[in-house]
Amino acid sequence: MSDIEQLVAQATTEFADIDDAAALEQAKARYLGKSGSVTELLKSLGKLEPEQRKRAGAAINSAKDRIEAMLNGRREAIRLAALEAQLKAEALDVTLPGRGLPTGGLHPVTRTLERIEALFRSIGFDVADGPEIEDDFHNFTALNTPENHPARSMHDTFYLQDAPGLLLRTHTSPIQVRFMEMHKPPIRVIAPGRVYRVDSDATHSPMFHQVEGLWIDEDVSFADLKGVFTDFLRNFFEKPDLRTRFRPSFFPFTEPSAEIDMSCVFCDGNGCRVCSHTGWLEIAGSGMVHPNVLKAVGIDSEKYIGFAFGMGPDRLTMLRYGVNDLRLFFDGDLRFLSQFK
Amino acid sequence: MQFSEHWLREFVNPPLTSAELAHSLTMAGLEVEALQPVAPAFAGVVVAQVLSVDKHPDADKLKLCCVDAGQGDTLQIVCGAPNVSAGMKVPCALVGAELPGLKIKAAKVRGVESFGMLCSARELGLSEDHSGLLALPPEAPVGEDIRTCLALDDKLFTLKLTPNRADCLSLKGVAREVGALTGTAASFPPVGEVRVTSDKRREVVLDAPAACPRYCGRVISGIDAKAPTPDWMKRRLERSGLRSISAVVDITNYVMLELGQPLHAFDNVRLDGAVHVRYPAAGEKLLLLNGQTVEPSVDTALIADDSRALAMAGIMGGEESGIADDTTELFLESAFFAPDAIAGKARALGFSSDASYRFERGVDFAAAREALERASRLIMDICGGQAGPVAEAVDHSYLPMRAPVRLRVPRAEKILGIRLGAEVAARLFKGLDFHFTQDEDVFTVTPPSHRFDIAIEEDLVEELARLHGYDNIPARHAQGSLAILPQNEQTRSVWRLRRLLAARDYQEVVNYSFVDAAWERDFCANDDPVVLANPIASQMGVMRSSLIGGLVANLVGNLNRRQDRVRVFETGRCFLRDATGDQITGFLQPKRVAALAWGPAAPEQWGVATRRADFFDAKADVEALLAPLRGGFERLQHPALHPGRAASVILQGKVIGLVGELHPHWVQKYELGSAPVLFELDLDAVLQQPLPAYQEVSRFPGVVRDIALVVAQEQSAQPMLETLLAVAPAFVREVVLFDVYHGKGVDPEKKSLAFRVVMQDTEKTLSEGEVDAAVMAMIEAATKKFAAKLRS
Repeated sequence: MSDIEQLVAQATTEFADIDDAAALEQAKARYLGKSGSVTELLKSLGKLEPEQRKRAGAAINSAKDRIEAMLNGRREAIRLAALEAQLKAEALDVTLPGRGLPTGGLHPVTRTLERIEALFRSIGFDVADGPEIEDDFHNFTALNTPENHPARSMHDTFYLQDAPGLLLRTHTSPIQVRFMEMHKPPIRVIAPGRVYRVDSDATHSPMFHQVEGLWIDEDVSFADLKGVFTDFLRNFFEKPDLRTRFRPSFFPFTEPSAEIDMSCVFCDGNGCRVCSHTGWLEIAGSGMVHPNVLKAVGIDSEKYIGFAFGMGPDRLTMLRYGVNDLRLFFDGDLRFLSQFK
Repeated sequence: MQFSEHWLREFVNPPLTSAELAHSLTMAGLEVEALQPVAPAFAGVVVAQVLSVDKHPDADKLKLCCVDAGQGDTLQIVCGAPNVSAGMKVPCALVGAELPGLKIKAAKVRGVESFGMLCSARELGLSEDHSGLLALPPEAPVGEDIRTCLALDDKLFTLKLTPNRADCLSLKGVAREVGALTGTAASFPPVGEVRVTSDKRREVVLDAPAACPRYCGRVISGIDAKAPTPDWMKRRLERSGLRSISAVVDITNYVMLELGQPLHAFDNVRLDGAVHVRYPAAGEKLLLLNGQTVEPSVDTALIADDSRALAMAGIMGGEESGIADDTTELFLESAFFAPDAIAGKARALGFSSDASYRFERGVDFAAAREALERASRLIMDICGGQAGPVAEAVDHSYLPMRAPVRLRVPRAEKILGIRLGAEVAARLFKGLDFHFTQDEDVFTVTPPSHRFDIAIEEDLVEELARLHGYDNIPARHAQGSLAILPQNEQTRSVWRLRRLLAARDYQEVVNYSFVDAAWERDFCANDDPVVLANPIASQMGVMRSSLIGGLVANLVGNLNRRQDRVRVFETGRCFLRDATGDQITGFLQPKRVAALAWGPAAPEQWGVATRRADFFDAKADVEALLAPLRGGFERLQHPALHPGRAASVILQGKVIGLVGELHPHWVQKYELGSAPVLFELDLDAVLQQPLPAYQEVSRFPGVVRDIALVVAQEQSAQPMLETLLAVAPAFVREVVLFDVYHGKGVDPEKKSLAFRVVMQDTEKTLSEGEVDAAVMAMIEAATKKFAAKLRS
């Protein structure tokens, strides 16, 4: 073996043993540096005959190229090994929990109200609001419920001390009245909000929620009421087969009036404890707006017909999420509320 | 309204099962709230007579009875009931009988054979009475099935009637309705006039004809008030939820249930002169049958004689003129009292009576005389006696009007969304027994005297819809004009706000709007809150003027439930007295959003030091809610808050709320351990958001300079920021405070505030000179205004 080949073999062995980038560069200097073995060989070429020089030069250059290639290969290997080591060192326990703030949540009834609003907005219903301390006129009289009307005993009303004629609204219907005072038909609006009645037991809260809906136009009928409300319930409960049942009832502000039952969402109408084995759940009151109500706000009751409905989002929430105690909604218990993220 | 199905079927008997009948009533608007059998299912129980009672040889409390149960041979039955006695008639469960949860077998009881069981009411499932055997009337036929004897194969209907259907507060009314619904004619036995055999008579005078336009009365003398009420009547009363009291009272109740006409019986001997219907004299008092002494309001009609008040008309009789066991002479009243005159009167006195309940909803004003005759007949049959002539006073001008109501069939069809046709309408009106004239498809209907709910065309539309069946009206998908709803981009929805707070780890709550007056005092220094006249409880007596009290209560409740971290928010109205008011004069009802945080700023977690949420966490939440608008903060004195850790929040020059730490005083009083931080903001203010407006993005490099200024400890940062911005040239894009330092190198009385100034021009690269001049101007202003020194 020539000296040159020996040199290459020596470099091969030497480089292979080096695991460290700095040591590799030092080793490189020993071969290719200013006074490295290969450089020395090149310098020695000058002493040779031209013919010899040419051959030897080619051999040395080839050796230099091979050494450089080996060097690069080794450099890359060391870099990869270092990276490998770094990655290994940097590895985390990815099963540790993430840091930062968790999220809170909406109140279950609010969540229901948001859904109700969205569903009705999708068919062009506006959303209205009104005062909770109401006057007698908007809560009763304008709704065709004059003083001493027996229907007033259906609402056990909270009154304000030292403020005659003022009360806490017993339903969201006065919002309708205020909306009609401000807007001309066609009117499509829902009115969600808190309402108050002097009633407190396992199934009644002195404060609860209602959503009132109103549609007034020239050609609105009881058939539309049935269609709209049935459509709403099916979409709210995401049960396309849900059935509704409209029963004659009485509200001073609608005529004809209807109580709305829906097939029980727990047993699909087959009868269970929740529906007292009737298969039906009472879910809303409704009817065609009484002409006196339209007249009270200056709408021509011969030209316009409307329907109205009122429902309890607290109850809808209970049915939707299987909550069995109304009082939980108003108790602020985080163990309960935080279930509704 | 509760009644026996047997009783109803005596008047109308459609070919429907009980359940079908209930369903058709419900679907016609007379909601059947309950349909229950009178007795549970059982069989093999008969009427038996106890022939003899002997002692059981081996048990003190048991007796050996010899019983005739109509089975041919007498039966030996061991019985433990204390009331068993020879001769009495009792229910006997024969061997093989099936009682609720029990099968009767021949058995040995303490060594003695027993062939059946004598039963208490509870053993038959009739009531909870287990004190002894159910005693049967002496005339009960031995051997008869007890279900026949006591009419136990009957069902109870409970109707939940709406206030407009007072006409169905009687069997007659319900039967009439069933007739119209099913097409099965209802028949009512004619009520004839009783024979007048006495000339005893009492004059009737209408002094208040608006309240009482018709009054009928008659004297019945020579009655036996102690006569027992017949079992069939007792049973019907009981099945309507009324207790048997005495024959006369039972009869008046029975006729009220049957015909819907409330009646009242006075002890005629205790009356003086004519019977008047009049308003009370000033200060006039009356002792009622329920023991209550009342001073009726001036518009409450009374029944009176020549010397004193006797009863509250149509509401309740008086104690002193009422009948008793020794009564021999009655004055029987059957009158029409106007709904307006009765409505609300009983409720105002805190009670309700069957009579007032009916009169305030409307009693058939043509039926008073018929009911009087019916009751007279029953009294004379049961208590004996001689009837005097009927005295009737009527003022026709005050009797309710029954003005004809027009119904246009096309209008009804339009309202209902169906095709109906005039023939169907005519058929339905006939079924209701409404009198009408017809001109093609226009009907003119005269409502009957028993209906108080037919005044306008829509009322008739409802009648047609009811009888046609709401189920037969199709459901139509919404159809209307498609107008896009406006969306104001400068107001965000409350839902966005709620989601934002939830994303910042707050849980929404809904608290009562009425609160404890103490909360108003503690958290709002409000000694004059809006007070409820009739609160549900004293600690829910006033309307909240702030959401803070509720949130603190939420904290207290959750601490009691061992929560270690509480973050809650609420949106809702508050209620304040205000001379002007908005929609309701005298009151403002602003909507607010408020939140409270207590405990660690973040849940305890690995790799993060735990610290309690403090003022600046709450302030960051406020800033996040207001963004992109920027609020100002000013030191605030507020009763709820720590005086050194409270700020009012100012937006566009207006105070819109507050943020701070709860005052240590309340932390102690409400036992919170450590102070929560909280904020409360005006909702409308928070919901506004500016429309984004484009500003040119500079292509020139920006320059950043930091300025550290040493100022007095108590110096607020915000005015300094404002001053720096005020003197800065237009190319100063932003000045932010990024560090607060006190400690080594700074006078202990002072602190160092470090501001970062970002400068960039859209026209050119800023020169060193421009930048220096700007920074210098800002430092000078701060030096001048706040005695600030540049920190070296």
